[in-house]
Amino acid sequence: MSDTHAHSIAFVRDTEIPPSPPPAGETGVVKWLRENLFSNAVNSALTIASLLVIYILLSKTLPWLLNGVWTTNSLAECREVLQGKTGACFSVLTERWNQLLYGFKYPSDQYWRPNLALVLLLFAIAPVLFFDLPRKLLAFTAVYPFLAFWLIWGGTILAPIVALVGFAAGAFVFQTYGKSSFAVGFFGAIAAAFAVWILGGWLIPEGASENAMLKAVPSRDLGGFMLNLMLGVTCVSLSLPLGIALALGRQSDMPLIKWMCVVFIEFVRGVPLITLLFVASVMLAYFFPPESTVDLFLRVVIMITMFSAAYIAEVIRGGLAALPKGQYEAADSLGLDYPQAMRLIILPQALKISIPGIVNVAVGLFKDTTLVSVISMFDLVGMIRGPILASTEWNGVYWELLGFAALLFFVVCYGISQYSQWLERRLATDHR
Amino acid sequence: MKKSVILGAMTFAGLAAGAASAGTLDDVKARGKLNCGVTTGLVGFAAPNANGEWEGFDVAVCRAVAAAVLGDSNAVEFVPTTGKTRFTALASGEIDMLARNTTWTFSRDVDLKFEFVGVNYYDGQGFMVPKELGVSSAKELDGATVCIQTGTTTELNLADFFRSNNISYEPVPIETNAEAQQQYLAGACDVYTTDASGLAATRATFDDPAGHVILPEIISKEPLGPLVRHGDHEWGDVVRWSLMALIAAEELGITSANLGEMAAGTENPEINRLLGTEGTLGEMLGLSADWAKNAIASQGNYGEIFAKNIGEDTPVGLARGLNAQWTEGGLLYAPPFR
Repeated sequence: MSDTHAHSIAFVRDTEIPPSPPPAGETGVVKWLRENLFSNAVNSALTIASLLVIYILLSKTLPWLLNGVWTTNSLAECREVLQGKTGACFSVLTERWNQLLYGFKYPSDQYWRPNLALVLLLFAIAPVLFFDLPRKLLAFTAVYPFLAFWLIWGGTILAPIVALVGFAAGAFVFQTYGKSSFAVGFFGAIAAAFAVWILGGWLIPEGASENAMLKAVPSRDLGGFMLNLMLGVTCVSLSLPLGIALALGRQSDMPLIKWMCVVFIEFVRGVPLITLLFVASVMLAYFFPPESTVDLFLRVVIMITMFSAAYIAEVIRGGLAALPKGQYEAADSLGLDYPQAMRLIILPQALKISIPGIVNVAVGLFKDTTLVSVISMFDLVGMIRGPILASTEWNGVYWELLGFAALLFFVVCYGISQYSQWLERRLATDHR
Repeated sequence: MKKSVILGAMTFAGLAAGAASAGTLDDVKARGKLNCGVTTGLVGFAAPNANGEWEGFDVAVCRAVAAAVLGDSNAVEFVPTTGKTRFTALASGEIDMLARNTTWTFSRDVDLKFEFVGVNYYDGQGFMVPKELGVSSAKELDGATVCIQTGTTTELNLADFFRSNNISYEPVPIETNAEAQQQYLAGACDVYTTDASGLAATRATFDDPAGHVILPEIISKEPLGPLVRHGDHEWGDVVRWSLMALIAAEELGITSANLGEMAAGTENPEINRLLGTEGTLGEMLGLSADWAKNAIASQGNYGEIFAKNIGEDTPVGLARGLNAQWTEGGLLYAPPFR
């Protein structure tokens, strides 16, 4: 039996067959396509429909983008070059890019100033955003607002220095007296700061701005995307502390403070931003004598800050409400007074919970800064709607300009949103 | 007691002095700059160019007044205003004058307490429709959707016109001319209505201008002119006669080319009075003797300004029409300089 068997087998394999490649339908791109795009009839239909939509979109936009004209001097010339073919007229961007970014009145030989301010801004906010960086960098952050003010508006350097010294004096008073009594330190700091400002105002010689190192640029001459960025950064950074104060005030036991905060928040939240802006630009002019109006930029900053502070206050109130009561009681049982308890125990946790909400308000606020175009400030959208579309050369160019504006805003807002996602991962706020 | 009376009297005297010196003309001279309200942008009438300098037909009026008062046509701070902010800007004193294609109406002049100093452009409201609609008269527009700028007299005129002709329409409210253009081209409305000058300017920017017609009906009178605050007549006179100087200069044949020659003295006494070589017209206004010469030197006479900004050789391409001199069948008629 075994013999026959031995003879019936002519060959015995003593090595393993090398694995053969999987069948074509089970590998690589084809498999991926089949599993993800064509797994059943409905999915296949959806895939084909989507491809069709993408094809239609690209077939319309790509020729427009790729045929774009970059070098002409007017829309009429663009049309001549294109000879009736589809194509964008990007020449408007190459000719007016500076107006879109800086407004039409910022002196062109001074563009380095806002540019430098923007670069320094990155350094100034880095230690605030990324708290792994050395804390000493915060010193630059504290100086930055005054430096940026001087760079962008120019004029005498004494004004920002006096402002800075005032804040420094306030901080010093607070450091010295704030330990024994918060109220004494707080109000003493405010008094000290005002004393320095009033004294400094006397000391700055009149006409100091005229022969200053940096040419003075009035607020009216600011514009373009620069204005959006400035409004966004200033208002977000001012409204955050104000929002915290309002949120705490709303939870205060003192009825007067509590009701002031409640009325403020509810009033501001109940009014559209655009009405506040109209009040800032139109109504306030009636209340001041013509020669002594508050700077329009400042008026707008105050209104937008008030607006976003009310929203941020509500977000932070949500964070405060989410904390277990035990946290407050723990702080009390340690013998901490109110400022200490807030600073050391409550706010760090409440703010951590509120981060997504705050970022949401910040992104919304940044985009809302385009509303200033309705009160005839020439921000990015105001520049497009007003001067550029009203020039005889570029009247009628819409997609190119508004697309450019959308691109700029997208870059910034996407950046903010990515940062907030990183921050959430880093802090793991959901306690999973 | 005595002290407080003295203090009170001093305060009162101070207030009176403040009120007496609050003439706009003095303010402008002291400031060294004219604050002039213009539109945020309207083709041919006012818009900053690529270098950021304001140009246009309304802008030229501002520059002429600045030249007459301060001797420098660049001493102007242009304050852009929207249709909604223009009157408050003027009433609150933020601007000294408004030259922003604003229609002279009874209620604006009387009720809003402004003073229109003259007319720099006679306009009228018209309709533009796509040619393929086959409409030849505005009376055939029953049931049409109409793009209309809000907060303007055109809105009211439109309602009046349709009501008096007993036809219906559906308004599509829009904010700016640029928006209107886009809405109209996208087919959001059948008809676009605004001042005929604006329609011509808008049509000139279209890909296919011949595909759109401006209907023959002009449904309103729109005298556009510069205005100042009510009650400051010295300042009103300055602005009025600066404008009239430009108009009279065209009538008298004074151009920017022959201005120097004319200012040396001519046979025509009216030219001499206007340009300050005879008489004391400048002194009466509280200005220098060569005020009108400066105003004309800044941009040329009315005809030159028209031709340069909105005339037939520009993309806007407007004919003189009603805005010709009275000697040529138009409505421009400057009172005598005497």
